[in-house]
Amino acid sequence: MTITFNSKIPAGAIGDKWATYKEDAKLVAPGNKRKFKVIVVGTGLAGASAAATMAELGYQVDVFTFHDSPRRAHSIAAQGGINAAKNYQGDGDSVHRLFYDTIKGGDFRSRESNVHRLAEVSVNIIDQMVAQGVPFAREYGGLLDNRSFGGAQVSRTFYARGQTGQQLLLGAYQQLARQIGLGNVRMFNRTELVDVVTVDDRCAGIVTRDLVNGEVVSHAAHAVVMATGGYGNVFYLSTNAMACNVTAAWRAHRKGAAFANPCYTQIHPTCIPQSDPTQSKLTLMSESLRNDGRVWVPMNPDESRSADQVPEAERDYILERLYPSYGNLAPRDVSSRAAKRAVDAGLGVGPLKNGVYLDFSDAVNRLGKDVVEERYGNLFQMYERIAGENPYDVPMRIYPATHYTMGGLWVDYELMTNIPGLYAAGEANFSDHGANRLGASALMQGLADGYFVLPYTIGNYLAPMLNKPIPGTDHPAFKEAELAATARYQGYVDIKGSRSPDYFHREVGRIIWDYCGMERTQQGLEKALSELPALYEEFQKDLRVTGNAESMNQTLEKAGRVDDFFQLGMLMCRDALEREESCGGHFRAEYQTDEGEALRDDEKFAHVAAWEWTGDPTKSIRHSEELNFEAIHLATRSYK
Amino acid sequence: MSNHLKNLKLKIWRQSGPTDTGHFENYVMDEISDEASFLEMLDVLNEGLIGENKLPVVFDHDCREGICGTCSLMINGQAHGPERSTTTCQLHMRKFKSGDEIVIEPWRASAFPIIKDLMVDRSAFDRIIESGGYITAPTGGAPDANLIPIPKTVADAAMDASQCIGCGACVAACPNGAANLFTGAKIAHLNLLPQGQAERFKRTEAMVETMDEYFGSCTNHGECEAACPKEISIDVIALMNKDYRKSKLKNRKEISRT
Repeated sequence: MTITFNSKIPAGAIGDKWATYKEDAKLVAPGNKRKFKVIVVGTGLAGASAAATMAELGYQVDVFTFHDSPRRAHSIAAQGGINAAKNYQGDGDSVHRLFYDTIKGGDFRSRESNVHRLAEVSVNIIDQMVAQGVPFAREYGGLLDNRSFGGAQVSRTFYARGQTGQQLLLGAYQQLARQIGLGNVRMFNRTELVDVVTVDDRCAGIVTRDLVNGEVVSHAAHAVVMATGGYGNVFYLSTNAMACNVTAAWRAHRKGAAFANPCYTQIHPTCIPQSDPTQSKLTLMSESLRNDGRVWVPMNPDESRSADQVPEAERDYILERLYPSYGNLAPRDVSSRAAKRAVDAGLGVGPLKNGVYLDFSDAVNRLGKDVVEERYGNLFQMYERIAGENPYDVPMRIYPATHYTMGGLWVDYELMTNIPGLYAAGEANFSDHGANRLGASALMQGLADGYFVLPYTIGNYLAPMLNKPIPGTDHPAFKEAELAATARYQGYVDIKGSRSPDYFHREVGRIIWDYCGMERTQQGLEKALSELPALYEEFQKDLRVTGNAESMNQTLEKAGRVDDFFQLGMLMCRDALEREESCGGHFRAEYQTDEGEALRDDEKFAHVAAWEWTGDPTKSIRHSEELNFEAIHLATRSYK
Repeated sequence: MSNHLKNLKLKIWRQSGPTDTGHFENYVMDEISDEASFLEMLDVLNEGLIGENKLPVVFDHDCREGICGTCSLMINGQAHGPERSTTTCQLHMRKFKSGDEIVIEPWRASAFPIIKDLMVDRSAFDRIIESGGYITAPTGGAPDANLIPIPKTVADAAMDASQCIGCGACVAACPNGAANLFTGAKIAHLNLLPQGQAERFKRTEAMVETMDEYFGSCTNHGECEAACPKEISIDVIALMNKDYRKSKLKNRKEISRT
């Protein structure tokens, strides 16, 4: 397949593009919608909302998740909130300002037209979710409450205690459940995508593996939506759930879908530092905590007193000092680097000196314990359970951790990959966050894509296909993919080496974190690119999966996912190596200002890097899509 | 700095599939950090089993931050283990001591058939939600979110109920295997809100009756509340029962009108 990148951005002024698109889009008549089968893979915010809405419209929808229930998707773990340009607080917010903040937050590496549409539909999302019964936080007068998040100077974040993702996901899940109950959606639980099938350069369907009995099955459809989340687990330790993986997106990539900007990964500044080598994941502490918590380290590297004994004059409130206008709410990439530098300079706190303080004592004194508890109670409780310390009495200790991946499958304005009929939504695509995502924008994007974008754009693709036959699952392409998938999983069992998939996952993660983490250098990336293929070879020779491929086998599931992480990891390092600039979450030590801030190179790199699979992960081909900034002037990002 | 627990005696339920009778198997965990979570302890055990060319213990888990509701486990006879309002994934080994015997079983309830080892099938919960655990609000055309003010106390009470993570601890802890806390929590969430009024009684009747198809009956033991990792109050069951009683009347009137 030859790759063409047509971003299909509608003509017209930035504020008119989406309206124009909707007016021009082809429609499928209500009675004809049931003639189309759409597959949705993943049931997070993007997947559940897309599936529910398309089923409401009348399409036949098949939905797949590897979880035991669609309600488990990792959107559920988002804590802090969801942005929307409602301007309910009257503090100067607008669609344009949310648009601008998102572009700037992404360090001018996202596509203007997509981001503007996101800001436009953000207001509909809140209306929709309230109508569904999401119990957002309210003021005593009964109106919706807002708070502020990083990278914004307005309060536009809606929240439901520290469980906003949970409440939104349950809202979308319930809409999906309604459609399942009505018979409009066929739901496949504990079923993992193992391949994407194309026929005549169009997406024809998918191949799945039933995780309970190992059965490999084909599913044909007119269109397929990948709402399969991000790839942060390539780092092994991340805030992602244990099962989050890149397999679905990666299998699409191997079938010709370009993978865009894989090196754009977000390191979230406020996670609980690692305490033990057995640790399997890192836990996020919501960014909302930075509304009232102050980040500091002692000025003396040999400080041995407890936090409350360190006098004010001997504390360095790093973010307030470096970024006075945004203070503790500086964006994630900027805040993470500040924390890393403090720890690297030996100023870290805690038994392993691997964190910085996030201190609530001022907030408790100013607002009282009750107010602080009301705002963050469940987060404090979660911290205490994990860290064994009470954050009302001693400051939290936090450190950055991988949290979100801005890169993903390349999509055009319609959220279609370069394979016709294959769409990507939510974190699985690359489109809206550029090189860094602002807090509370992931929930917004997932729901925007699923509720308000895909239902329109998919119709535009399907309409001309009315009454035309599509390849069935008896097509040789499906049979071939089934055989390949069966062989692949049997292959892992047959290696009979000596190391578990987890061992290899930890090792890949260590290499990626060390060389393609918060700070990257040419030398480090080259080192990673020499170490990874060697380790991958060892994986292929020395993997051990006990049990068989015909029954529930969690080790086998893991093996397949780790295999794909290896290949993705190599691509990430290549992407990071070739992007010779610093932008957002991609920080190349060679490219920084005198003050240590990211130094972009707009002349050479104001583009999206979209990678084409060639069969060898170290030899992928780099394509680019130029980013044209018409509504916003490229500027140096400053939060000082 | 972390301390280490030594010589833990694990007694774990192994069952190769739904039709196998299953049995307990004994394992010794020589050493584990008290900073490890309970599931990380099982990870270490499983790594060891793979090392010995044996089958690792199958268990459900995902987010490991207490919110997805995937993890389960009866630990020493208690759903999610000894720490109150804590899921198994958030339980840490510092709650145990060296030499302890720890008995680990799957959720035991006829509505949750065992798939393998400690993994069960909880899809009966999905059936309950599918029967009415939603507000019908098709995408598009929703009125402005601030059009209907909702008293903070009402929003807070709805939020208290909607925190349910659908883990199934309530069913596992109940001597009757009843799902009244789970069902009541969703009914309370939606029935308390103004948006939920239109379908209030239709929802309640459908959900309660679907629940009864799969689960046992509530006899007010209150074990569910004690086991709930999100501390959902059994008040939601009272609310559900009251609305169910009303629904029998109201829905009949509705039918007679049509």
